Amino acid sequence: MLLTQPSKPVEGATAALTAAAPPPRTPRRRGARRLVGLSWIMPAVVVLAVFVYLPLVQNLGFSTIEWDIYSGSQVFIGADNYVKLAGDPIFWSSLGNNVLYAVISLAVQVFGAIALAAVIESIRSDRWRRGLRAVYFIPSAISLTVAGLLFYFIYEPNLGLLNHLLDGIGLGAWAQPWLGQESTAMIAIIVMSQWQGFGYSTLLFAVAIQRIPSELYEAASIDGIGPVRRFFTITLPLVREMTGLMIIVTISGAFQVFNEVMVMTSGGPNNSTQVLGTWLYRNGFVRNDFGYAAAIATVIFVVTLGIALVQLWINRRRRVEW
Amino acid sequence: MVTRLSFAGVIGRVFIWSFLLCLVVVVVYPLTWMVLNGFKTNTELFGNPFALPLQWDWGNYAAAWNRGVSNYLTTSILVTVTSTIATVFISAWAAYGLTRVDIPFSRTWSTIILGGLMLAPTVALVPLVKMFQSMGLYNTFWALLILYTAFRIPFTTFLIRAYMIDLPREVDEAAEVDGASRWTAFWRIILPMCKPIIISTIILHILFAWNEYLFAMVFTSGTDVQTLPVGLTSLMSKHGTDYPVVFAGMVIAALPVVVLFFACQRYFIKGLADGIGK
Repeated sequence: MLLTQPSKPVEGATAALTAAAPPPRTPRRRGARRLVGLSWIMPAVVVLAVFVYLPLVQNLGFSTIEWDIYSGSQVFIGADNYVKLAGDPIFWSSLGNNVLYAVISLAVQVFGAIALAAVIESIRSDRWRRGLRAVYFIPSAISLTVAGLLFYFIYEPNLGLLNHLLDGIGLGAWAQPWLGQESTAMIAIIVMSQWQGFGYSTLLFAVAIQRIPSELYEAASIDGIGPVRRFFTITLPLVREMTGLMIIVTISGAFQVFNEVMVMTSGGPNNSTQVLGTWLYRNGFVRNDFGYAAAIATVIFVVTLGIALVQLWINRRRRVEW
Repeated sequence: MVTRLSFAGVIGRVFIWSFLLCLVVVVVYPLTWMVLNGFKTNTELFGNPFALPLQWDWGNYAAAWNRGVSNYLTTSILVTVTSTIATVFISAWAAYGLTRVDIPFSRTWSTIILGGLMLAPTVALVPLVKMFQSMGLYNTFWALLILYTAFRIPFTTFLIRAYMIDLPREVDEAAEVDGASRWTAFWRIILPMCKPIIISTIILHILFAWNEYLFAMVFTSGTDVQTLPVGLTSLMSKHGTDYPVVFAGMVIAALPVVVLFFACQRYFIKGLADGIGK
């Protein structure tokens, strides 16, 4: 999740410049020394150039080719893969699922998490605060694969907890093959993902809330301002930066969903839970249509890069405002 | 502090506490169920999912261990440890070069290294598979080591760089006056000063490498090179009807990181906060 966290990459460059070492004696020695200095960053630059940037550029080229890895045949077909994409209903439903993922995750893991973090941080007992934060975080530590498999079993119609629970409280009629039917499968996966991720963002918001000076809250309660108003007038504005960051990270993450869908349904039933990542995988590595997969990858690239650039832009603007 | 215990206040407090405790149950109960199911027989599992196991039998754990989990665990540990070392060192060098060494085009290099933060790994998937196949690295341990390192360098460098920038300039000057080379200054002075952020980055990398699924799934297929997340799904597809063994495997996969979390919770939380809040 953190892998592609679009943080403020470029802004620090100026700081790095101004932080440069003191000017040495002669210009020529300085030039040689500066070149030697490059050896510090070269391992990182080379690894990134070969394994991150080169594939990215290659991907654009691949998306214009009709390719079969087994026969090895390659035919240049221009924008045909993108035309095919535009007419592919499963591509559009995948994109829709990514958007649904983003919307629900924003509601739960950003706005729900702020409220939950505020409630936890308002508890007087330090032990309870720490305990709750830790317990809520456990699902985020156990990985999406384990959580996905666990919920696969919870949703399982025969031995699953969920249907048995519904039975037990007299709602047996509501029992469903949750992952086995198109109407509920996507929502079931998204619910699992919220279960797995809410503790993580709650923890981060709790850390942000702890940084708010407690005098603000004390002053407010002396003035007779209630907890709900304190939340809206103190907490919310002062965790704005973290909120902005989490919104970006959450949306960007929602467009890279892969693990949980693969583990729980592999995109089924009847492609109803395909997301961009799994649809790319299916086309590239099951159907061996690498060119078409590369075209889907380009869409993911444009969306995630766009989100990252929006964040950069917001950061710049805020900098000017201050 | 004045506490007003109005009627509405009491109702509110009861409501909030019931909500918090319900949430605890929602989180803890499925996890407990997972652990208990690792001890059950298949008949017990299908009979009554809520019941406790009739006897605490470690057989499923042994079975999971023998059906590949020992291999997956070894690979996971190996990949996690090596990629953590590679990522942290390469990133610390880069951060040092970008913040404390006078290099030409420093700004451009920063953009290249940190710009990697904006790129999703899915996007590079197709060309990477081609590349690793032609290099003969497909389906090897090296593929995961390289990918886990390459795709985490931007983020790790970003964190360490932000910390190094704030270290006082006088440190380097003092080292230079003492005749220490850049190399010595890095290892003996700067790196030790960065210990808190290094610990954070190590924890974040472990959490990432231990749980990573996309690369592990696409780039490995043999039992001897698969990591736990992918291994679990193969365990599931190979022994699909023997569910308790799968549950045992899930517990084995989940336990190390959960233990790590509780053992160094303080560093963990700090690491996560550094990772996102800077």
